Amino acid sequence: MEKELWKGNEAIAEAAIRAGCKYFFGYPITPQNEIPEYLSAHLPKIGGCFLQAESEVAAINMVYGAAGCGVRVMTSSSSPGISLKQEGITYMCGAELPAVIINMMRGGPGLGTIQPAQGDYYQATRGGGNGDYRHLVFAPATIQEAADYVQIAFDVAEQYRNPVMILADGMIGQMMEAIEWREPEKRELPAKPWATTGTKGQREPNVINSLYIDPNLCAVHNERLATKYKAMEENETRWEEVNTEDCEILFVAYGTPSRIAKAAIQLLEKEGIKAGMLRPITLWPFPGEALKKIAMQDSVKAVVDVELSMGQMIDDVKIALEGCRPVSFIGKAGGVVPTPYEVAAAAKAAIGR
Amino acid sequence: MAIVYEKSKGLTDAELHYCPGCTHGIVHKLVAETLDEMGVLGNTIGVAPVGCSVFAYNYFNCDMHEAAHGRAPAVATGIKRVSEPGTIVFTYQGDGDLAAIGTAEIIHAAMRGEKFTTIFINNAIYGMTGGQMAPTTLVGQKATTAPYGRQQDHYGAPIRMAEIISTLEGCAYASRVCVTDIGNLNKAKKAIQKAFRMQQEGKGFTFVEVLACCPTNWGKTPAASVEWLKENMIPYYPLGVYKDIEEVK
Repeated sequence: MEKELWKGNEAIAEAAIRAGCKYFFGYPITPQNEIPEYLSAHLPKIGGCFLQAESEVAAINMVYGAAGCGVRVMTSSSSPGISLKQEGITYMCGAELPAVIINMMRGGPGLGTIQPAQGDYYQATRGGGNGDYRHLVFAPATIQEAADYVQIAFDVAEQYRNPVMILADGMIGQMMEAIEWREPEKRELPAKPWATTGTKGQREPNVINSLYIDPNLCAVHNERLATKYKAMEENETRWEEVNTEDCEILFVAYGTPSRIAKAAIQLLEKEGIKAGMLRPITLWPFPGEALKKIAMQDSVKAVVDVELSMGQMIDDVKIALEGCRPVSFIGKAGGVVPTPYEVAAAAKAAIGR
Repeated sequence: MAIVYEKSKGLTDAELHYCPGCTHGIVHKLVAETLDEMGVLGNTIGVAPVGCSVFAYNYFNCDMHEAAHGRAPAVATGIKRVSEPGTIVFTYQGDGDLAAIGTAEIIHAAMRGEKFTTIFINNAIYGMTGGQMAPTTLVGQKATTAPYGRQQDHYGAPIRMAEIISTLEGCAYASRVCVTDIGNLNKAKKAIQKAFRMQQEGKGFTFVEVLACCPTNWGKTPAASVEWLKENMIPYYPLGVYKDIEEVK
């Protein structure tokens, strides 16, 4: 298939349509506005519905209602807006509703700035809402991956009856790259006998709900959810390895910083230093086992975590390594992106060069 | 023997959890009867709120969603916008849910003219959480968070939702009723029937506010609560139709 030039946000919107999503509820916020703008133009043409809500809170609850009816539905926002959506996200995890949520991260905290950042890692992977819940978090590093994983996300959401988040930094949303449209690998997806489509007098009423007032039943509900999350960990963890064999320095980075780290690897190679990278594609589940396996090679002297934050994923890196390797950090927050030279210099410092 | 009365098919056999003298049971019955009489139970999706009627999903004999506090109109919007034509959607909400935390959601649903029906139970108090002040609590009325009575200079005067909703172009029908006696109960039933019929005809957003008793949290007997409602609530919250686009002007 021929390659086409797409802007990240628009590719994400088009990918949703190609995945069979006909419904979108959202609220404007920079730097993700091209997603709702694109869908407002294209969803009506395919008999779908685009609706601009009065707030992110309302938008995610519209998604809750739509998802409960069994349709493919998406919302998108950026950091402060995702904070507002956390209520709906925990309810959707509790009620087991599939949907896709895009977070095109910007600088924080608070209003922060509109430039790319990765300060929402904790919020996305730990659950920014209340209660014990998990959802898959895909972190695309290219526009191609963004387009691919939005389509995969809809399938995965339905497979597990759970919302899925695409966590990208604003760079992915605003950048243009050549991509090709390809369909995700086919999955056996379950039917949706739970959806509220009207009983038609043919069945007992369906109820979409996250309330289990009897503590014993609520405990059972939580245990069942935990089993589901365990299955996601076992089946859906994804990562990319770059130059990891016998590397001296091992970078860990996702999204835009992983591209900067790739450039740093080349810079280091010119100086005779072998550096590699593990790039998590799923942030939850975090590819901790894979990371430890690579990091435990005799060649690895230092693990260098690179983020557009003051250090959040580094917690998962340290948990995975269980103190077996030194972990150093280079990161910038607030919308500033480090250069490959800065990343390479930090890596050299980590091995005392 | 002829059956002269039976429970509506719109209600399940679940036992209601409401307190003696609470109005919810009566309003549930009116809504359930209406849906059954219209023959739409199989095409109806209801949305329960957070508050005393949080378990409404156990009582209505149709597909239901349980919404987060105040978000029922947003959930109903999502449902109605993706459901097949002819689907009847309603929210059933209390005053804390609709007139405090969910004010933005109800106003904007009405503004957009969302084609669903909202049944709004106004009992001037937070029932489920134990009698705290609501935005509809009357000036001077005591609540567990207003032990000296609601002070107007501190909290302002109570909000009149039917009137506010009626000002929005997207609203096709807005009325306020009560169910304190047979006459008013019949009027309430007619209002609920009309609201659902107008929804079915795609006329716009329809809204029925029901003044309701909360004997438990008002600290009164059921009978005294009815009297208190008549003497205190109706003068501040006048009954009547505030918007009806079918009415000839």
